[in-house]
Amino acid sequence: MLTPTYYLVLSALVFSIGAVGVLVRRNPLVMFMCVELMLNAVNLTFIGLAWGLNDIGGQVSVFFVMVVAAAEVVVGLAIVVAIMRRRDGATADDLSVLRG
Amino acid sequence: MSLQLFSFLVAGVVVLTGSLGVVMAKHPVHAALFLIQTLFGVAVEFLVVEAHFLAAIQVIVYAGAIVILFLFVIMLLGVDNAEDLSVEPIIGQRPLAFVGGAAILGLLLAIINSAGITGVPGNVDAPGPTGEVLPNVNQLAESIFTEQVFAFEVTGILLTVAVVGAVVMARRIPGALQPLPDIPAISGFGFGSTGDTDTDGDADAAMAAGDEQGDDS
Repeated sequence: MLTPTYYLVLSALVFSIGAVGVLVRRNPLVMFMCVELMLNAVNLTFIGLAWGLNDIGGQVSVFFVMVVAAAEVVVGLAIVVAIMRRRDGATADDLSVLRG
Repeated sequence: MSLQLFSFLVAGVVVLTGSLGVVMAKHPVHAALFLIQTLFGVAVEFLVVEAHFLAAIQVIVYAGAIVILFLFVIMLLGVDNAEDLSVEPIIGQRPLAFVGGAAILGLLLAIINSAGITGVPGNVDAPGPTGEVLPNVNQLAESIFTEQVFAFEVTGILLTVAVVGAVVMARRIPGALQPLPDIPAISGFGFGSTGDTDTDGDADAAMAAGDEQGDDS
């Protein structure tokens, strides 16, 4: 029998994997992909609870999370393109110009 | 084992292997392909609990648009070389990252274990407020276009701003950075010359000298 707890456990696993990926990887593009993983984990939680609590509000939240994720990826990739034009093959560690 | 649980478990294995692949793939293109696998698995998870519209949107927007955007950027920039993970700018960052990830996982699982989810899990296609059974898509549309209509409109503004910002940032500017155009209507005012209570003459003179230098160059 499927319960919402299954969804929460899967979501926690995916979120942790994404968080470790953001901290470990150095390529800005792969770090963005790991952020997408974390957003999808949150979507899984919303969907599981929308089903478990029989409330359509969770699905509406997922809709807005998807829109914000799309906007975030568009702006983030534009920033990555702008940076890569100036310095070739930059990793996230090289971008410390704003260090205080 | 019900068909629902079986589908959940199969899709869960797909999601977990895909997300591990995103983190561990050396090549960014392989990471993007693993991301597609993960997103399809998540779409199947949506279907299992009858979120049909969001499953379709997941495939169209995420797998069809976002990952393709990633692949285009990888292709455009040629950053398809494997990265060197032996460089550690912060000493012990990577072991600490694994410890932190395990801590997040433990915390989340503890919260899930302690939280009691009350409610009737079941068909979202339940009878609506007016009595008739509404399909999932109709319920979602009714909520978005009545209760959440303001948020929906703001979403449109957000997407427009994001597209304009992306075009401005990724635009290729020929040559070096150009100076900002000198607009007489703005530079004629001078900063703080009108309505300024500062009676220090030196600052105004220095500002005027700066303006002349700017005009000469």
